[in-house]
Amino acid sequence: MNDKPAILELRNVNKSFGPIDVLHDISLRVRAGEVLCLLGDNGAGKSTLIKTLAGVHKPTSGQILMDGQPVTFAGPREAQGQGIATVHQFGGTFPLMSIGRSFFVGVEPTKGWGPFKIYDRKRANEIAVKAVRDFGITRIDDGDRLVGGLSGGERQSLAIARAVYFGARVLILDEPTAALGVKQASHVLRIVNEAKRRGLAVVFITHQVMHAMAVGDHFAVLIRGAIAADFRKGEKSREEITDLMAGGETMADLEAQVEGYMETHEGHPPSPQVVQGPAAP
Amino acid sequence: MAHPVASTSTPAPDRVKYGLAFGRLARRPEAGSFLGMVAVLLFFGLFGGSGFMSAAGTASWLNIASEIGIIALPIGLLMIAGELDISVGAVIPAASLTAAIVSGHYGLPDWLGITAALGLGLAVGFLNGLLVTRTTIPSLIITIGTMFLTMGLTLGLTVMIAGSTGVSLVPAPLTKAIFGDYLGGMFQVTILWWVVFVVGLFWLLHISPMGNWIYALGGDKESARNVGIPTKRLTIGLFMLSGFSAAFVGVSEVMVYQSAQVLAGQSFIFNSIMCVVIGGVLLTGGFGSIVGIVFGTITFSIVNQGIYFTSMDPNVGSVIIGALLLIAVLTNDTFRQLALSYSSKKGKRS
Repeated sequence: MNDKPAILELRNVNKSFGPIDVLHDISLRVRAGEVLCLLGDNGAGKSTLIKTLAGVHKPTSGQILMDGQPVTFAGPREAQGQGIATVHQFGGTFPLMSIGRSFFVGVEPTKGWGPFKIYDRKRANEIAVKAVRDFGITRIDDGDRLVGGLSGGERQSLAIARAVYFGARVLILDEPTAALGVKQASHVLRIVNEAKRRGLAVVFITHQVMHAMAVGDHFAVLIRGAIAADFRKGEKSREEITDLMAGGETMADLEAQVEGYMETHEGHPPSPQVVQGPAAP
Repeated sequence: MAHPVASTSTPAPDRVKYGLAFGRLARRPEAGSFLGMVAVLLFFGLFGGSGFMSAAGTASWLNIASEIGIIALPIGLLMIAGELDISVGAVIPAASLTAAIVSGHYGLPDWLGITAALGLGLAVGFLNGLLVTRTTIPSLIITIGTMFLTMGLTLGLTVMIAGSTGVSLVPAPLTKAIFGDYLGGMFQVTILWWVVFVVGLFWLLHISPMGNWIYALGGDKESARNVGIPTKRLTIGLFMLSGFSAAFVGVSEVMVYQSAQVLAGQSFIFNSIMCVVIGGVLLTGGFGSIVGIVFGTITFSIVNQGIYFTSMDPNVGSVIIGALLLIAVLTNDTFRQLALSYSSKKGKRS
C-alpha cells in the first residue's frame, strides 16, 4: 500500500511571515485513495499549512510536488485548476443561494446562444442533487432549497460532492466535523470514505481523534509549525493519539521537549524521530 | 427548526401539497413585500376614497414609482452584490443640468445633450466602481464622497456657464415624446421606461448566468473570486449601471419639467434604498429579487402619494413609511428564516 506514487507532496517546506517562522521543515505526502489526517492544536500552523497547499501562500523555501513534478501556484485558482480543492468548516459559503445555483457558481450551465444564453436552472438542480445523492445524502431532493437550510453535515457533503464533480484529485477538508453533532459527523466521515474509495487523496484536518481514527490511513501531528509525530494507521493506539492531541500532560511534555530542543538548536525544531510522544508501552 | 407543517405526523396529501407550495413561496425574497403591498393598497383603497382609485390617483403614484423605480432597481442589484450607492442623488441633477446646458444653453441637438448626460452617469459609476474595487473603503463612504464631488462640480460649473442655478431646456417634439411626454394627459412616459428597466434587469438577475455571479458576490466576495467570477469587473459594471440609471432619470426629468435645478434628487437617495429594503433585499447582500424591488417601489409610492387622498395630515405619511420600513425588515427576516428552515416533506421524513 506504500508503493503508489504520491499525488501531492511537500518537501522541507518552510513558511515565514516576516520575522515569524510559522512552518518548519514540513515534509508530507498523500497518495490516491489515502486519507492523511493532520492533527494539531490551535496555533500549531494547520491553517497556514492548508493555505500553502491550497495556493493561497507560497512556501518561503522547500518544494510542493504534484505527481512527482515540482509546482508553484500563483493563487488558489491555479491550485484548483491542478485539482486541489479546499472545503472549509462551514461548507457552502453562500447560505442564501439555492443548492443548484451555489453548486455551479462561476461555471453556470447555460442554454441558448450568444447574448441570449440563459442559466439552465433545471439542469443545474438535477446535476447538483444527483451529485450529492451519489454520495449517499438522500435527504437532498430539491435543488431549489437554500443552502443555509441544510444541516452542517449536508452542507459539507454538498461542498465535497461539488469538489469531486469538478474534478478534484486532492481534497483538503478543514475541520469538517468540528461544528457537527455525532450523527452529522458520521455522515461526513462516510463521505470522506466514499471520496477515498473513488481514489481521491484526502487531507483531513481535525481535532477529534475518533474521527481521525475512523477514516485516517496516515497521521501527522503538528506542534508549533513542525511535524512532531508522523505515523501510519495501527502504529499507535487511540489512547496514544488522544494523548498527543488532547493537550494533556503528555502534550505539555512534548511541547517542553520541542521548546528545549529549539532553544539548544538555534530555533530549529526537532525531526520527528527525536520527539516520539509518550514512550511506547 | 420545527416547521408548523412539518410537525404534523401524518399529513394528508393535500397538506403536503400546501406545504410544498408554501415552502416555495416563503423561499422567494418578495413574499413579505407582496403582503405589504396588498395591505397598503387595501388601506388607501379604503381610506383614500374614489380619488385614490381613479386614473388620476393611480397616475400620481405611478409617476413617482417610475422615477424611483428606475433608480431602485440598480441600487437593489448593488445591494444584493453587497454594495451601496449614495451618489445617485447627485448624478440625477448633474445629468439634468448637463442635458440642459448642452442642448438648452448652447442649443446643440437634443441627442448630444442626452448622450453627454448618460455618459456622465456612466463616468461617475465607473469612478465609484474603480474606487470601491481598488481600495478597502466601504462603498457607502466612497459614494458619499463622489456625491459631494459631483454636487460641488455641478453647482460650480452651472453657475460659471449659465450664471444661475437653474437652466431651462425646450426639447424637440420627438425627444419630448420619447422621454418626457404624458400618456392620456397624466401618465408619464417614464412608466414605460420603468417597465423596460424591469424586464432588462429581471433578465440579468434571474435568467442570465451573470445573475448568479451577483448573488455570489454579495454572499461571499472572497469565495466568489476563488471560483473565478470577475468580481472587480462585475462591481464596476453594477456601479456604472446605477450611474446610468440615475442619469436616465435626470434626463427624463429635464424633458418632463423642461428645466433643471442644481438641488434636485437628494430625496432619491433614501427613497430608493427604502424601496429596495421594503422589497425584501437583504442590506448585507446575497438575497433579493427584481419583483420584490418592484413591489417595494409600488408600496413606497402608494404611501407617499396615497396620503394626500385621505383626510389625514400629510406628515403622517412619513410616519407610515418609517413604520412600514421597520415592519418590512421584520417580516422579511421572518420569511428568510422560514425559507432557510423549510424543507420539503419527503426530505423531513426520510
